[in-house]
Amino acid sequence: MSKINLRELKHSYLENPSRDEDWALKGMDIEWSDGGAYALLGPSGCGKTTLLNIISGLLVPSHGRVLFGDEDVTDTPPERRNIAQVFQFPVVYDTMTVYDNLAFPLRNRGVPDKEIDPRVREIAQMLDLEEMLLSKAAGLTADAKQKISLGRGLIRSDVNAILFDEPLTVIDPHLKWILRSKLKEIHRQVGSTMIYVTHDQTEAMTFADQVVVMHEGMVVQVGTPIELFEKPQHTFVGHFIGSPGMNVLPCEFDSGVPRFAGHSIETASTSRPAAGYSRLEFGVRPEFVSFCPDGIPVEIVKVNDVGRYRIVDTRAGDARIQILVPEGESVSLGRAQVQFDPAHTQIYADGWIVAEASS
Amino acid sequence: MTRRYKWLLPAFYIVFLMLPIYWLLNMSFKTTNEILGSFTLWPKNFTLENYTTIFTDPTWYNGYIDSLTYVGINTAISVTVALPAAYAFSRYRFLGDKHLFFWLLTNRMAPPAVFALPFLQLYSEVGLFDTHIAVALAHALFNIPLAVWILEGFMSGVPKELDETAYVDGYSFWRFFIKIFIPAIIAGIGVAAFFCFMFSWVELLLAKTLTSVEAKPIAAVMTRTASTSGYELGLLAAAGSLTIIPGAFVIYFVRNYIAKGFALGRV
Amino acid sequence: MTVKLTNQKAWFLVAPVVVLVAFNAVIPLMTVVNYSVQESFGNNIFFWEGVKWFEEVLHSERFAASLMRQIFFTSVILLIEIPFGVAIALSMPRKGPWVSVCLVLMALPLLIPWNVVGAMWNIFSLPDIGLLGKALNSLGIGYDYTQEPISAWFTVILMDVWHWTSLVVLLAFAGLSSIPEAYYHAAKIDGASPWAIVRYIELPKMKRVLIIAFLLRFMDSFMIYTEPFVLTGGGPGNATTFLSIDLVKVALGQFDLGPAGAISLIYFLIILLTCWLFYTLTMKDEAQ
Repeated sequence: MSKINLRELKHSYLENPSRDEDWALKGMDIEWSDGGAYALLGPSGCGKTTLLNIISGLLVPSHGRVLFGDEDVTDTPPERRNIAQVFQFPVVYDTMTVYDNLAFPLRNRGVPDKEIDPRVREIAQMLDLEEMLLSKAAGLTADAKQKISLGRGLIRSDVNAILFDEPLTVIDPHLKWILRSKLKEIHRQVGSTMIYVTHDQTEAMTFADQVVVMHEGMVVQVGTPIELFEKPQHTFVGHFIGSPGMNVLPCEFDSGVPRFAGHSIETASTSRPAAGYSRLEFGVRPEFVSFCPDGIPVEIVKVNDVGRYRIVDTRAGDARIQILVPEGESVSLGRAQVQFDPAHTQIYADGWIVAEASS
Repeated sequence: MTRRYKWLLPAFYIVFLMLPIYWLLNMSFKTTNEILGSFTLWPKNFTLENYTTIFTDPTWYNGYIDSLTYVGINTAISVTVALPAAYAFSRYRFLGDKHLFFWLLTNRMAPPAVFALPFLQLYSEVGLFDTHIAVALAHALFNIPLAVWILEGFMSGVPKELDETAYVDGYSFWRFFIKIFIPAIIAGIGVAAFFCFMFSWVELLLAKTLTSVEAKPIAAVMTRTASTSGYELGLLAAAGSLTIIPGAFVIYFVRNYIAKGFALGRV
Repeated sequence: MTVKLTNQKAWFLVAPVVVLVAFNAVIPLMTVVNYSVQESFGNNIFFWEGVKWFEEVLHSERFAASLMRQIFFTSVILLIEIPFGVAIALSMPRKGPWVSVCLVLMALPLLIPWNVVGAMWNIFSLPDIGLLGKALNSLGIGYDYTQEPISAWFTVILMDVWHWTSLVVLLAFAGLSSIPEAYYHAAKIDGASPWAIVRYIELPKMKRVLIIAFLLRFMDSFMIYTEPFVLTGGGPGNATTFLSIDLVKVALGQFDLGPAGAISLIYFLIILLTCWLFYTLTMKDEAQ
């Protein structure tokens, strides 16, 4: 087991990529530390499956290196990378029994039978597959099949990482959380690096210690779920994570002070964008907007009750501001005034955050 | 077999497939003298005489027209009647549906030779002997079951919500069927038509039995030539070569559907 | 899966098919059944004969001989075409421009009229002026399919392999193309050998199409008529007289309606029963 390093990684499915859109991955440097639980989060088509296939070796990147520990494995075929992968649709060998399915990767590597047997039983126990060990894999339910796919990955004690490509897509909703907590438990037991691809933020947040958010072939942020929530590095992260997403509002600068709708705004960071950006915005999550007597005037157009809190939809000129209001506070349609919590208000220039680190 | 030499097997197979076809073409461009007098791998005295004969002699070229006529009629009839039936099988359950489907398929298992004599008598009785329609109807017995089966497969792949939405929008059954449903399964219709064309074009026993003069298929004209005028091999080869063309055309147009059509969504 | 509605009006939709197929299948079949139980002396005068023709046919050496030839022929071509077709499909490119080229060229024999196939092989195999015949003879093999039963059999079988292996290839290829990419990825990661991929992924996934291929090839080869008729005329002697050729001789050649009717029914039943048995046996596994 070792950490995984991706250096200057770029990939295109075309032979001669020329335009920016030709790249499925537009260049990234990431380090995945040994034993971490990661989620790769992003909408479909953002390049997350491409990235996963590069790590497992099914794809060779057009540019950049893949390192496992100190070893450069960029051109190493998947079977020699000690990687396990669980796919979106369960892959089982129909004609084999569950036992043979689990033993298959070991047999292919010439492990003697007497070492295979205890290993298969151990994994079967871990995944609650003991009772069906001798039945044919073909007739099983989708979740059992997906467990077998996972088991074939876990069976090898030397795996560098286990990769999951949206593994719960075909699982019934009520079984999803069982399997998810099983995964968490296995991660604790086995301790190998796990990378979990998904487009579902809840899945990503509950599974991972570190979430990697991808957008249009780029990694826009790597961070803990709390970091992603409190300090999105890109407006895309703000939109994509959280429900409802972050309010992103246009602003202009008047002698270094950001202003919105004629009011000056206080922000978490004092750094200011350099000149030359075409789009200047500030972002604040609906959780950090509140009503106050002498704030920015808005028009409340709609109030949605969603249980423990209400989502209040307001307009300030053309801009739309959503506010989360806890239960019990009274809200009525019509005029109101709001303020933003300065500690959670960030400036974005062309989508990227303007903060201490970048200045 | 290693990955590198994998292509050898299909390549060898294609060469094997092409050899007899090449020989047929080779013969068709030779004179009778060259054919009978010597063994040559390509025509020494290249001639188009055989083809000229076919295109100028009405017994020959009418054979092509007759064949294409009954193949066309058969394909049209088979697909037209199979469409609503396939829809019924794919969407509804009704009394005896499974038995009916099975019975239809059993007809595909009937040897044409079994039907040759009764067909001859039946169609003579109803006055259809030696007409295009007789051959088209006879071939329909084998093509309709196949067309129903293929179309049913494609239709089952179309979600039922499509029908329901259309009915809610106030479409009548036939208007929905023609305006919305048929365009949705057009690929399936192409595949079904391809199979109907294929069987009707290649079958000879029934086509020959049911015709004498008026609707004689090209294939039968060839058989007669072979037996009556002795060894006109060049002419025979030219006629044979020409029968390959319609098939080649059809395959070229449906090449992207061939694999899918065989899969029928049932695999 | 969607649940089908029960709707008896669906019968109106299937009615045209039923009428057409019934006209074409039921009336002729009844005619055949009629013949098979009666004796005729021409002039449309018939006498009831019961099962006499069936007994006669079942005891006739001629029928037994052509049935044996038929079974032998069908077994041989199935044993060659199915494995050969699968092997070709497995070694074909899976994507890229060559796929279309392969498919189009391979499908070509399927669309050539059957008698042209016969005529083509006739010309191709002639001992003096055919490429195959000349080649074999110049290798010192005494080959003449018009005189020699073994040569005739060899040619008829080679012709059928030429004509129909492509059907197996196309079906097997369709089965292969429907295997999701993930299976190959998983196998790579599991370190499966190329042979293990064939054995544990490709063959099991092809099972259903192969059953269809087997049934189609069984039925069609059992009904074969035109190609061997044009090539050898059933000869030399009766060496390549298969069931259909024999039946047409009896029915349209000798006009022996009774025996022809009986042969027809027995023939049809053999095909139906074999298909049904094979299908039930192979699909029983699936249900488990």
